[in-house]
Amino acid sequence: MISLTDQGFDPGPLLSGFCRGRAETGAVASFTGLARAEGGETKILELEAYPGFTEAQIGAIAETARTRFDLQDLMIVHRIGQIAPGEPIVFVATAAAHRRAASEACDYLMDYLKSRAPFWKKEHGPDGARWIEPRAQDHEDIARWA
Amino acid sequence: MTRVLLFGRLSDIAGWREKILDPSPARLSDLRALLTADDAALGEALAAPGVQVALDQVLVRDDAALSPRSEVAFLPPMSGG
Repeated sequence: MISLTDQGFDPGPLLSGFCRGRAETGAVASFTGLARAEGGETKILELEAYPGFTEAQIGAIAETARTRFDLQDLMIVHRIGQIAPGEPIVFVATAAAHRRAASEACDYLMDYLKSRAPFWKKEHGPDGARWIEPRAQDHEDIARWA
Repeated sequence: MTRVLLFGRLSDIAGWREKILDPSPARLSDLRALLTADDAALGEALAAPGVQVALDQVLVRDDAALSPRSEVAFLPPMSGG
């Protein structure tokens, strides 16, 4: 399941729900990303998506992960709109027969969401607003999976 | 008509997010020329490295013909999570 939401979410119930009824799964890995305050530099994070296109692109990333890591299931929830520091911004969960595949797939999905999913992030701080673009580290992270 | 969408910093530079061009330009390159003639700063930003184009929600790398109901989106470097 892939969903974009402009409402805050609680990762706990999402993970419990994802784990339910999985007699043959063996391993569930999850990742929750929180918006950072950057020492007071970020008051609000604003995330923009391209409705329809963003979901489709994430769907393509998810399908690649599903095949590559032989996943049984996955879940991606991503915030859009205005997000306060400390709030969850992204939640990823993966289910596989064994732990290595589940955790690697989770890592893979996050690397792709960081710099290949159609989101644009604006940081509103005390000195105004600025757009955040992928860092060199994000490009290196994704290069690991080539 | 062609619907043009700008995302991220591109909409801040242009001062708009969405524009309808009627009649439609024949090709993507004509659309770029039109937008650049209207706003040189935007034209430069659209041509910057890392800016991708989606035509009817599909990424295109080269010039392409526009249909009378095309949607063209200019996408600066993406940053999620």
